[in-house]
Amino acid sequence: MSLTPDEVRHIALLARLGIADEDVERFSGQLSSILDYFAELQELDTDDVPPTAYPFDLHNVLRADETAPCIDADDVLANAPAQEDGYFRVRAVLEE
Amino acid sequence: MADDVLSLTMHEAAGLLRERKVSSVELTQAAFERIRTVDERLNAFITESEEVALAQAARSDKMIAAGHESALTGIPAAIKDAIVTKGVRTTAGSRILEPFVPVYDANVITLLDEAGFVMVGKTNMDEFAMGSSGENSAYGATRNPWALNRVPGGSSAGSAAAVAAGMAYWALGSDTGGSVRQPAAFSGVVGLKPTYGRVSRYGLIAFGSSLDQIGPLTRSVRDAATVLQAIAGHDQRDSTSAPVEVPDYGATIDGGVKGLRVGVPQEYFVEGMDPQVREAVKKAIKHLESLGAEVDVDVSLPSTRHAVSVYYIIAPSEASANLARYDGVKYGFSYKEGGSMWANMEGTRQRGFGEEVKRRIMIGTYALSAGYYDAYYVKAQKARTLIRREFDAAFEKHDVLVAPVSPTPAFKIGEKIDDPLQMYLNDICTIPVSIAGLPGISVPCGFATADDGARLPIGLQVIAKPFDEATMFRAAHAYEQSTEWHAEAPPL
Repeated sequence: MSLTPDEVRHIALLARLGIADEDVERFSGQLSSILDYFAELQELDTDDVPPTAYPFDLHNVLRADETAPCIDADDVLANAPAQEDGYFRVRAVLEE
Repeated sequence: MADDVLSLTMHEAAGLLRERKVSSVELTQAAFERIRTVDERLNAFITESEEVALAQAARSDKMIAAGHESALTGIPAAIKDAIVTKGVRTTAGSRILEPFVPVYDANVITLLDEAGFVMVGKTNMDEFAMGSSGENSAYGATRNPWALNRVPGGSSAGSAAAVAAGMAYWALGSDTGGSVRQPAAFSGVVGLKPTYGRVSRYGLIAFGSSLDQIGPLTRSVRDAATVLQAIAGHDQRDSTSAPVEVPDYGATIDGGVKGLRVGVPQEYFVEGMDPQVREAVKKAIKHLESLGAEVDVDVSLPSTRHAVSVYYIIAPSEASANLARYDGVKYGFSYKEGGSMWANMEGTRQRGFGEEVKRRIMIGTYALSAGYYDAYYVKAQKARTLIRREFDAAFEKHDVLVAPVSPTPAFKIGEKIDDPLQMYLNDICTIPVSIAGLPGISVPCGFATADDGARLPIGLQVIAKPFDEATMFRAAHAYEQSTEWHAEAPPL
């Protein structure tokens, strides 16, 4: 299973991860050898095996619906790289 | 204050505090003197919190004077930088969180605070806990106190080095695939990964959410049990935290191993294993037998050989989702020079994340992407079921399983960093335990002599049934207390 430089760029785009052009080749080689290793899993017969998402069965955990203090709005914004009038400030999402 | 007070276990130091032979402020000052003396060489801390620690120590001394102390009161401890601490910078070893100061405490920190602990600082780690050597930190590699040209293990690298080198009596780490147990083994201390769900993950910076657990690194098994006692239990802020009662570990820890059914899974003695590690672990198993354990060396867990693939699909998949939150908008580093919103986000993540984190985000994104989801992610989840079932079957006949923690002792800094797959394969003995959500502990069981003459610690792993940490402590404590390995200190 080899991952071409274009596929690396595509995955990086899906993950919104900027990648420098000079790094693409290296990632392509490293990710290919990791995916090659994973190929060994295909020899396992898992046709009738259910998947495990969590190690133990614990479903629909509910807590009592009680009011409790939450983090103060000023605290929520305390680490914001940019803020304005009590909101996170971002660049325009829709640009011309 | 002499350095020898720093070589005590937490219980021994607590005894001195109770007898008023030393104060918490004195212990804390001694810990910071030690940090100033040795940490330039080790780089175990990202952030030191001396002001906070001295205030906590003064409060502890008052608690002790009033007779309100717990086993942890007044004892200097270090916290892995993956655990959020209100008002104390928390980076997870990443550039992307360099300016991040949490506005709330993790659940474990709230519990420890109530117990009167003293936090000397936040320890160095592989970025977002992704690594087995400590080398993937944006704040520089941590060095092994036993051999400065070697890694202390990872990802809880600084926590292991801090406890081994006498800068803290104990530390918290987090373990997703071995990140507490393996550095404990490499650094010659005790390291515990509790059962998945035993300790609340609220406030643990997420890596692989179906695997992550917080656990202590200590100088004795008894200390590990004491810390777990303080941090375990259900927390409604973590929906995967288990509503299971926490027993009194101290009540059973001295029970010994007579008649205990100990299984030895053959697949953990892998090809290419260091012969000195094999020898030390086999000797430790003989020793357990001499203490009265019923040892069965013919246990087989055949799916073990698939564990590395399963883990390195599932954990990066979960990580790729968890790390989507680092977008440069809500907190942390933010790149603002791009031409658009997307360019800023991509630039933030390009500059904020290191190599290994990028690799894992890409592996996870690929394994979850359309067309590959069934072949990778679902396949790995099904194989995860097989690994769990084999452990279930083994635990029908055995009370604990014992195995190596790592196939080799600490390797040299730089030795594996350019070959990610080789680094991953090193985790073969700890990963299956994480996949099945089981508790595991690493206990010192000997030393290997390296080619360059370095004397390197070896760890024995004791694995137990889900939520049966008590039996695991009993076996590990019996071994530790009848051997001398844990009493040795690194030549710093």
